[in-house]
Amino acid sequence: MPFIPHTDADIRAMLARIGAASVEELFDEIPAEVRCGELNLPAALNEMAVTRLMEERAAQDGRWLNFSGAGAYEHHIPAAVWQLVTRGELYSAYTPYQAEASQGTLQILYEFQSMMAALTGMEVSNATLYDGASALAEAVLMAVRAHKAARRILVPATVHPVWQAVTRTIVGAQGIELVTLPYCTEGGHSVAEALAHYQGQEFAALVIPQPNFFGVLEEVDLLTDWAHSQGIRVIAVVNPVSLGLLKPPGHWGASGADIVVGEGQPLGAPLSSGGPYFGFMTCRQELARQMPGRIVGRTLDLDGKPGFTLTLQAREQHIRRGKATSNICTNQGLLASAATLYMALLGPQGLQKVALACHANTRALLEQVTAIPGVVRLHSEPYFHEAVIALDVPAQEVLRALRAQHLLGRVDVSRWYPELGDAILVCATETRTPEDIQRYAEHLGRIVGRRNQGPACTKLKPSAASKW
Amino acid sequence: MTIPADLKYTASHEWVRREDDGSVTVGITDFAQQLLGDLVYVEPPEAGRKLAAAEECAVVESVKSASDVYAPLAGEVTAANEELSGAPQLINQDAYGAWIFRLAPDNPADFDTLLDAAAYQAVVDAEAH
Repeated sequence: MPFIPHTDADIRAMLARIGAASVEELFDEIPAEVRCGELNLPAALNEMAVTRLMEERAAQDGRWLNFSGAGAYEHHIPAAVWQLVTRGELYSAYTPYQAEASQGTLQILYEFQSMMAALTGMEVSNATLYDGASALAEAVLMAVRAHKAARRILVPATVHPVWQAVTRTIVGAQGIELVTLPYCTEGGHSVAEALAHYQGQEFAALVIPQPNFFGVLEEVDLLTDWAHSQGIRVIAVVNPVSLGLLKPPGHWGASGADIVVGEGQPLGAPLSSGGPYFGFMTCRQELARQMPGRIVGRTLDLDGKPGFTLTLQAREQHIRRGKATSNICTNQGLLASAATLYMALLGPQGLQKVALACHANTRALLEQVTAIPGVVRLHSEPYFHEAVIALDVPAQEVLRALRAQHLLGRVDVSRWYPELGDAILVCATETRTPEDIQRYAEHLGRIVGRRNQGPACTKLKPSAASKW
Repeated sequence: MTIPADLKYTASHEWVRREDDGSVTVGITDFAQQLLGDLVYVEPPEAGRKLAAAEECAVVESVKSASDVYAPLAGEVTAANEELSGAPQLINQDAYGAWIFRLAPDNPADFDTLLDAAAYQAVVDAEAH
């Protein structure tokens, strides 16, 4: 789809037709005090200078052997994925409103929805949201709209703390209360005893993360059945790769989750310093009209031939304006295309193999690091491809020392969970080799052992007078 | 396009009929359904909901747009037309037969302040120009 900008003459003609003096005048109704004013931007750069700048910025990330996860996961992406996605026919994130010119893009998005619905075990999928965290916020808004009465959501403390913060930011101003469900510090999961406290109270939804932020598997059947027995809907937050191995949310408990959201990055999107990523959302058919974002449908044209088009658009802001289901309408069409190709190339068996390899590698990593004196896995419940390990030395120092070895080793969880003390969240996906894992364990053992022995050479310690 | 003389109307294109028990029945006019086109979904208010006059209380959605339906009078919703959930096209087929909800008005005399057929015809003429 070529992009054809308006010429100055086009713009003048359009303004003259509607009787406006300038484009600026069209924004008159926005009060001056809420405008940001002039943007202080640097001068435009040519292609050579931009390439140089971007290469320098990218190099600042460094080259790492990555043992961190916590919401963004390094996976192998088959070369064909981005080779195909960057073809001219697909290389656009633009929303394909114009069905007659976008059948290829629309069909890919339709396939994406079909795959996500199958992967999560749900009836309906949208064509992506901005990212996983905002997808959770959208699911909360959706549950509140569907419930009509309750404006409270039960959120386990084991949901990714950044996702909790993003959700609170988006829904807090709309008078929606997020109530934190305490977790079992020993198991690392949400437990029935904690739920009992909320028995009989009115909530629009219970959020269930699987796996949770600690990498731990929640008792999803028990939690789902409890919620439904209380008339509370279930919002599942899942890692899509884990669904190659774990029960899809549509089959949790007796009746399955009601809304499923997650971060789509593990499906074919590179880490890219933190984005762009994409959120996905699937749900029960009965909630489809409450769903935010684009939905692509399959239909027949006047000649009876199958075709694809955006559907249920009356929910969306280009029609419903301020009353749309969402006014954060970013979709991530390009990343959805990549995810579709990723899933198509792997197939269900391939995805299962990736999930199994992730679990096996994390298991090998845990076996080796917990053999180090003073290093233990903190939680007792089963895990997928991430786990919290407790150290008897300061976590920040250990992470700094690992960084010096180009090991990203990684997330200090005490920042959000001070009760855990010196603890780090580690992850080994299918991309880690046995040598990588051994190297990580060796360096961690050396660092923890040395720290426990005290400084090896005090003479090298800089004094206040030194120039260090 | 028809505007039955025995009904009352609002400028926002609802029709209103007074029933023998004092309640009122509400739908959207033939003019409104023509403007909307083929309806695909109707979301009526829930029974028991208290409405202020002119409050948004229902949504009618067509293939090309969605519109709010407003309460013609203050009152409490007593019933919603369940038939529409599976067959929204009933409104296209017979706008004055396919009612959307019933309301028990707080003040029955408010009914007389609604537009009569002639006044509503003037609204339509002004909008259709």
